[in-house]
Amino acid sequence: MEKLLRILEENCPGIDVLGSDRLIDDEILTSLDVVVLVGELNDAFGVSITVDDLVPENFNSVQAMYDLICRLGGK
Amino acid sequence: MVYNVTSCLDNSAGAYPDKIAAADGQAALTYGQLLDQARRIGTALAGRLDGARGKPVFICIGRWVECLPAFFGTAASGNFYVPIDPSLPDRRLAEIYATMKPRVVVTTRRDTRPLPFPGAEILSLEELLLTPPDEPLLRRIGVEITGENPLYCIFTSGSTGVPKGVLVSHRSVLNMTEQFTEAFGLDHTAVFGNQAPFDFDVSVKDIYLTIRTGARLEILEKPLFSSPRRLIERMDERGVNTIIWSVSAMKILSALKTFETVRPSHLRRVMFSGEAMPCKVLNDWMRHLPEARFVNLYGPTEITCNCAYYPVDRAFDDSEALPIGGAFPNTQVFLLDGDRAVTGPGEPGEICVAGTCLALGYYNNPERTAAVFCQNPLQTAWPEKIYRTGDLGSWNERGELMFLGRADSQVKYMGFRIELGEIETAANAVPFVSSACCLFDADREQLCLFYQAEGQDDKGLIAALREALPRFMVPARLYWFERLPENRTGKIDRAALRRDYIEQTIRRN
Repeated sequence: MEKLLRILEENCPGIDVLGSDRLIDDEILTSLDVVVLVGELNDAFGVSITVDDLVPENFNSVQAMYDLICRLGGK
Repeated sequence: MVYNVTSCLDNSAGAYPDKIAAADGQAALTYGQLLDQARRIGTALAGRLDGARGKPVFICIGRWVECLPAFFGTAASGNFYVPIDPSLPDRRLAEIYATMKPRVVVTTRRDTRPLPFPGAEILSLEELLLTPPDEPLLRRIGVEITGENPLYCIFTSGSTGVPKGVLVSHRSVLNMTEQFTEAFGLDHTAVFGNQAPFDFDVSVKDIYLTIRTGARLEILEKPLFSSPRRLIERMDERGVNTIIWSVSAMKILSALKTFETVRPSHLRRVMFSGEAMPCKVLNDWMRHLPEARFVNLYGPTEITCNCAYYPVDRAFDDSEALPIGGAFPNTQVFLLDGDRAVTGPGEPGEICVAGTCLALGYYNNPERTAAVFCQNPLQTAWPEKIYRTGDLGSWNERGELMFLGRADSQVKYMGFRIELGEIETAANAVPFVSSACCLFDADREQLCLFYQAEGQDDKGLIAALREALPRFMVPARLYWFERLPENRTGKIDRAALRRDYIEQTIRRN
């Protein structure tokens, strides 16, 4: 979780990612943020996030992102 | 004969009263409903403004279907609208308000946020819709609206730190719809998939081409662009066959490898603008959508969307630059060098535009208007305005216009025009910052802010900038300095910062 938080802090500066569980639905994270995050998360955790994983339920909160990475076998 | 955009709505509502004119994820309006609502709003606004004409009305509503009757209602009242994104920071809203000082702001009950518009009357759309339409009044106003009357004012980034309001006439918008309809064979069968925010002029094409042709507008909500499968499913479900998107939106779908899994099955026209289209991205789209026609559009807000276009008619390597083509009919595009002489083939020059597409100017900003909307230096015998875009271009060997970049520090990011000076002004206004410089990292598509302060406080600075600037203008990278490097003239050494921090990081990666 610490690694994920560090990536979020580096790539989404100034965004209170822990303060919402509707990060996508409330447009706190934009599609451009998602593009950047997908690349960073794939590299950092050795996973392959596909188009089918790109749904708000997987990016609406830090916990949801963490769960996605775990499901995809992230290290 | 159509003289103003309200007549376009009258015509389409007469031809297709029960057809859906516009829809979003939650609601839809038929042409008949849209016309009825626009007339109610127009009647109510004419009353609230005591019959005044040519006054600004803020439409502070999210990108929902309700915006359309608000826009057309404002036009029907003889006034012009200013589309305002309710999610902008308070300070930005206050700056726009200070420039326009509207008497009336229209919002909806969906937006509950308090607005920083002291002195303006805040009216809810729902309340305005209770007003019965006064047909004789609207007819009287309708014949008074000439093509030269302003229709809308859209704000763009300003280099001095204050956004500029570009005022556009009915005539320019009607001209645009005529050129697009003829050039691209648009008619009532088109279903436009709207991506651009309504305070961004790419959306002007979606709205007015829809209403002019009796087509349908499908508003695609922003979160859909973070969920490509759902976006494509929505487009298919609603039969979207035409898109006019910003290049950045197309880049996002390509970067997320969308088309390897899903493809929009009805899409036949793909038009794009807002920034230079990398051929690598275009090729990805073209490979997966072989039945679609692709068109590169060029033009800033000041020339009512676009002055030049290039229908992609040949293959390009990923590393090649895509032409921006040639001028639309009724439009003149030419390149001037530093001596205001026309450049020859292959020679760079500033892209200048003349024709019906020119905006009226910047609202309440005669100096800036005079600086860029100026007399055609090639025509001194009578007054003829041209718009100097500040973009550099050249004609290639095929006679196609190529975009070469900017003559100043304006950049394009996520489709938006950004004056780096505006970000620097906002950073310099933060109390603990003594000096700031903003540069654009084009390779990583990031805004980088270099700031001088006694101590490092990136979080504090980002928080302050988020209160002052729209989200897309908040830098992604911050670099703190006890003292920023200076060149021999004592100015911030931008070249050194670019070389030592941006280019070095790219090399390292």
